[in-house]
Amino acid sequence: MKILVAIKRVVDYNVRVQVKPDGSGVATDGVKMSINPFDEIAIEEALRIKEQGKADEVIVVTIGSNDSQQQLRTAMAMGADRAILVETTAAVQPLHAAQVLLKVIEHEQPGLVITGKQAIDDDNNQTPQMLATLWNRPQATFASKVEFVEDNKINVTREVDAGLETIQVELPAVVSTDLRLNEPRFVKLPDIMKAKRKPLDVQSIDELVPAPKGTAIEVLKHESPQPRQKGVMVETVDELIEILKDKGLAS
Amino acid sequence: MSKVLILAEHNGSTINQSTAKVLTAAKQLNADNIDVLVFGNDSGLATQVAVLNGVNQVHYVQCDDNHDQLAASIAPTIADMAKNYSHIFGPSTTFGKDVMPRVAALLEVNQLSDVMEIIDANTFKRPIYAGNAIITVKTDTTQIVATIRTASFPADKSSDGQASVAESSLSTAATHTKFVTLASGNSDRPDLQTASKVISGGRGVGSKENFEIVYNLADKMGAATGASRAAVDAGYVPNDMQVGQTGKIIAPDLYMCFGISGAIQHLTGIKDAGTIVAINKDGDAPIFEVADVGLVGDLFKIIPEMMEKL
Repeated sequence: MKILVAIKRVVDYNVRVQVKPDGSGVATDGVKMSINPFDEIAIEEALRIKEQGKADEVIVVTIGSNDSQQQLRTAMAMGADRAILVETTAAVQPLHAAQVLLKVIEHEQPGLVITGKQAIDDDNNQTPQMLATLWNRPQATFASKVEFVEDNKINVTREVDAGLETIQVELPAVVSTDLRLNEPRFVKLPDIMKAKRKPLDVQSIDELVPAPKGTAIEVLKHESPQPRQKGVMVETVDELIEILKDKGLAS
Repeated sequence: MSKVLILAEHNGSTINQSTAKVLTAAKQLNADNIDVLVFGNDSGLATQVAVLNGVNQVHYVQCDDNHDQLAASIAPTIADMAKNYSHIFGPSTTFGKDVMPRVAALLEVNQLSDVMEIIDANTFKRPIYAGNAIITVKTDTTQIVATIRTASFPADKSSDGQASVAESSLSTAATHTKFVTLASGNSDRPDLQTASKVISGGRGVGSKENFEIVYNLADKMGAATGASRAAVDAGYVPNDMQVGQTGKIIAPDLYMCFGISGAIQHLTGIKDAGTIVAINKDGDAPIFEVADVGLVGDLFKIIPEMMEKL
């Protein structure tokens, strides 16, 4: 079985982004870029499944600019066998991304697709669900545990608001990862060298999906969130309790 | 001319408050018609929705074997029904986030995730980059699919509605997906997402045992309990207590946190709280930048003192 992992190059999660003064976007020039943290977890999970002998190959795919090759190389240094870059300079919205990934799936025929639950830039949390829908296959979102129960069935424990829900899905399926699924491995220097020789196939988005369906959502304006009013520091518990009582928050 | 269809959420016996919050958002559209869709196996759920003022009709779809919670099972029915509506809204909870993009894909539209403000029938605001930027977005597709950020809208509290109920049964149950089990946190305390007061602990609490004093204070104040990711990862508390970008986004009147430094990802989850109170040993902790009231000190001294004085 092949596992396909979809990843995204995003602004590193430690960077505090700033909205550009003209409201046209956020400033990303010269900002550190990384693999979306949830996608790193997806790569790690695919590698662990392969190490258990349940998969033969891990293919990592991304849609983005040529710079995304860096993130694909990192994924291969972690252990992915090969990579596919679907190149585009435009921002791609989830429905379009799902159509592109479906084309890759039709070509690669993976038994399992793993991806992060959301990208930390647009915070959409849509692409895996949309991909599963277009593929007409089951989904297991927000996964914190993936267990093979039979050759073609997995039990996935999902982090839901009420606690932990377990569902069983037949493969092929799309799994989206939550933070607690695993701890991604660190990349070792020799593996970075090895990853440079692994195959990286570049395709054009327009050739893959010449006429994407659906309209993109138009972004009119970016703005900074309303700053909170400056707070006060108190010295004692008594002062704190007094403020709470004044506001009617304690009795 | 807006016609809104709302996907209701419930736990099997009670309608989740997120439904009443989505209703508040739907009313802001000045819609001509608001209908609610309930999947479940207890028709009493439909009755609970029918009393909400402003709901015209409740579509109750009877489901067996927990298919009401499975996105792949219910999305085709929602998408089919959605053809008669301009807006299809679900809550931005794990349930809504799981289902709604499937509906959107079936309708061939992108979804508006986590809508925090409604400007008009086609224009909305939503947060990106963990809430560090707000975007105004516009879409004029025939069907607009959105999840509503529950922390941004108050729950509709009306109970004098008289919506009619139309019953049917689920014809689109997926054969490839099966519900196995749900292990819930089983807390007697108020629900984290809807509580008016929340008391949270972070890594500074130090251990699972030490969290007892946080629970004690919460019980004393009638508050729900939350936690930072660090506390969850360290095994002090279950993951359903996590507040933040990857956990729950909450907007209580009072958010009081002990031993939480205030990483960006955590702040995303509490930005809309009424009053934020931070207690931390480290006076330079970033949490103090957003706190309305800050107190530098040891939580193991401060909590007992608060217990005594409250």
